[in-house]
Amino acid sequence: MQMFDLSLIWAVIIAVGVIMYVLMDGFDLGLGILFPFAPDEDARDVMMNSVAPVWDGNETWLILGGAGLIGAFPLVYTILLPALYLGVFLMLAGLIFRGVAFEFRFKSHRSKRYWSLSFAGGSFLAAFAQGCVVGAYIQGFETANGVYVGGALDWLTPFTILTGFGLVVGYALLGATWLVLKSEGHVRDWARALVPKLLLGVLAVFAIVSLWTPWIDQGVFDRWFDHLQVIWLLPGGALLCALGIFLCNRHGREGAAFLLTLGLFVCTYLGLIVSRWPYVVPPKITLWDAASAPESQFFLLIGMLFVLPIVLVYTAWSYWVFRGKVRVGEGYH
Amino acid sequence: MALDPILLSRLQFAFVVSFHAIFPVFTIGLASYVAVLQGLYVATGNAVWDRLGYFWTKIFAVVFGIGVVSGIVMAFQFGTNWSNFVRFAANIIGPLLSYEVITAFFLEAGFLGVLLFGRHRVSPSVHFFAALMVAVGTFISAFWILVSNSWMQTPQGFEIREGVAHVTSWMEAMFTPSFPYRFAHMALAAFLTGGFVVCGVSAWFLIRGRDVEAHRRALSMTLWLLLILAPLQAFVGDEHGLDTLEHQPMKVAAMEGNWDTQSNVPLLLFALPDRELQANRMEIGIPNGASLILRHDPNGVVPGLKEIPESQQPPVWMVFYSFRVMVAMGLLMIAFALAGLFLRKGGRLYTSRFYLRGLQFMSLAPFLAVLSGWFVTEIGRSPWLVYNVLSYKDAVTPSLSGWMVLVTLIGYITVYAVIFVSGVYYLFKVIRQGLDELDPDEEIHDADRPARPLSATHVPFDGHTSASRS
Repeated sequence: MQMFDLSLIWAVIIAVGVIMYVLMDGFDLGLGILFPFAPDEDARDVMMNSVAPVWDGNETWLILGGAGLIGAFPLVYTILLPALYLGVFLMLAGLIFRGVAFEFRFKSHRSKRYWSLSFAGGSFLAAFAQGCVVGAYIQGFETANGVYVGGALDWLTPFTILTGFGLVVGYALLGATWLVLKSEGHVRDWARALVPKLLLGVLAVFAIVSLWTPWIDQGVFDRWFDHLQVIWLLPGGALLCALGIFLCNRHGREGAAFLLTLGLFVCTYLGLIVSRWPYVVPPKITLWDAASAPESQFFLLIGMLFVLPIVLVYTAWSYWVFRGKVRVGEGYH
Repeated sequence: MALDPILLSRLQFAFVVSFHAIFPVFTIGLASYVAVLQGLYVATGNAVWDRLGYFWTKIFAVVFGIGVVSGIVMAFQFGTNWSNFVRFAANIIGPLLSYEVITAFFLEAGFLGVLLFGRHRVSPSVHFFAALMVAVGTFISAFWILVSNSWMQTPQGFEIREGVAHVTSWMEAMFTPSFPYRFAHMALAAFLTGGFVVCGVSAWFLIRGRDVEAHRRALSMTLWLLLILAPLQAFVGDEHGLDTLEHQPMKVAAMEGNWDTQSNVPLLLFALPDRELQANRMEIGIPNGASLILRHDPNGVVPGLKEIPESQQPPVWMVFYSFRVMVAMGLLMIAFALAGLFLRKGGRLYTSRFYLRGLQFMSLAPFLAVLSGWFVTEIGRSPWLVYNVLSYKDAVTPSLSGWMVLVTLIGYITVYAVIFVSGVYYLFKVIRQGLDELDPDEEIHDADRPARPLSATHVPFDGHTSASRS
């Protein structure tokens, strides 16, 4: 067991799990965020139909991440969850309302608008709470002896509210490029017109967060400006993706625009990881500090190595089954 | 009264788990029933089994859907409210819970789509296989959950280094002394829950004279099953009790309302246990009953609560009454299963309105039994979260303040109330619609989707048209 750094392997697995979750639940949460602004009910049906078969699987990555974290990095779990206590509740409440709306909206008539509201509100709440978590992570957590000692609302600051809205806009962008890819006619035209505006919003938040972060944490500042100049490839890559999204969207390259949006998220995510590496609970606790016992990590790794590839194949297969455009009035239902 | 984060966290956990637990316990039993129906269809080719299978699959889908949605919260509860417990036990609990997600969920998700939407796309045998795999998946899920819970009840296979539990033997940590009894007791409870709901719903249809032929079959086969399982559960429960007496004697003392370690302990039918008084204020009991049951000897010595300081005693009256509710429900279930046997002889099983009405009410009995049984075992280990190792006080999240827990407790109650009301309302709609004729076209519109449980029902949430399929 000494031959491998088990904690490092687990850090990669969990990091991959988190970005899988962000990318996949990102676009279906994004559709919920765009829901209230949709041109008509038909458009709303198309939006929901475009993710109905896959959203449940997308959300599983969150559970997998949560359970994997207890098994591999319990300290992250036991500090972040108490620190984000109220935020976690808001996220869960949002996800529940949204999940139920998925099931009931298609089956209702009189109560349809309540389920629409529940879908939109739940998506917004979940996305905003997740964005606040990102901000809180950059901010760092107050700990003593591996226990959270800060207050209940430390996670809610002007900075985290900004990142909260930032992720809402980001998910909306993911949702919009996804919708362009999956729809046609007036729904696609509407989504396509939204893309440049949302992109501008994302870039604005991106810029403000980048300027603000050095004031929040000296460590991040040092890393970006002193040791590791190669880091600048990441924001560079993000900007290139943004430019690509704009051009592809304009010229109707739907698939490319969506993939580049995923690329934008990946670059930003990697930038975040690199800025904080190897601290999993900034500013003090590293991934090795937070790790569970090697025998526990090893015991779980065996199972993961068998199952994770199957889950990936299964996920890819279900996306393949539901490939193609969703037309108005004839979803998968 | 100051807001106590420990008490409120316990209330919150109890609420969330109780709410969630009633759905899996139902779906575990129902999944097996659906698998049996589909298996009978494959074996006999009689379409009535397939129609019943389709009807119960729809009900399964709704309940499973609510269970999944309410289950998301569970994965986070440990961390938010009991972070010191996770810190202490993560090396053991973490891998166990993760294994539940990756083994059970994968199996369920993989075959749920085929079970719900594959009726006309795969052969009956493949469809039966999918039903079987979903049923197996629900059992694997229950297996891991009970492995974790049993470790907390009767911990072993670990050592404590620097305040953190480290596994010394996975075999010992997984298969603790209480696990086999707990798992058998829970599995039977799941079958009894599914069984009595099937009986109740079938009775409802028989009273109204709808699809009598099919529901007679459903009622008849299920009653035979309950005739075996209900008494078997009493036996397993008794064995479980004896195991608890060995490993958690104070829990049994609370169940019996027994304060002094003594011989010739009566079996109390009614009492008012009072922890401040350290005695019962009133007792009606059968002399020597408890000694006889627990020691199989009227002179047997049964441990009493006074062996431990008052601060370490569980809230006795809660355990005492919950236990009696559970046993009463169990006896009622046995009585109804036996009554079915006698009515069968007189040929009045399907016509006795009195009995059929009774069966309708009995649908609720297993849920009451499961919840109260769960209260017995969970409140009975109080004040220990990990028995004799970690108390609530040391397990709670240190940064929690009472108002945070109160706010989220009210929040969870509100959220779950909405789900519960809409879910149960919809469930009744699905049941009322009854056994519809299989419409092959209906499913052609549905491609094999992975996990959209409620999509399988095709019943409108409100309104009467079926135009909801957009």
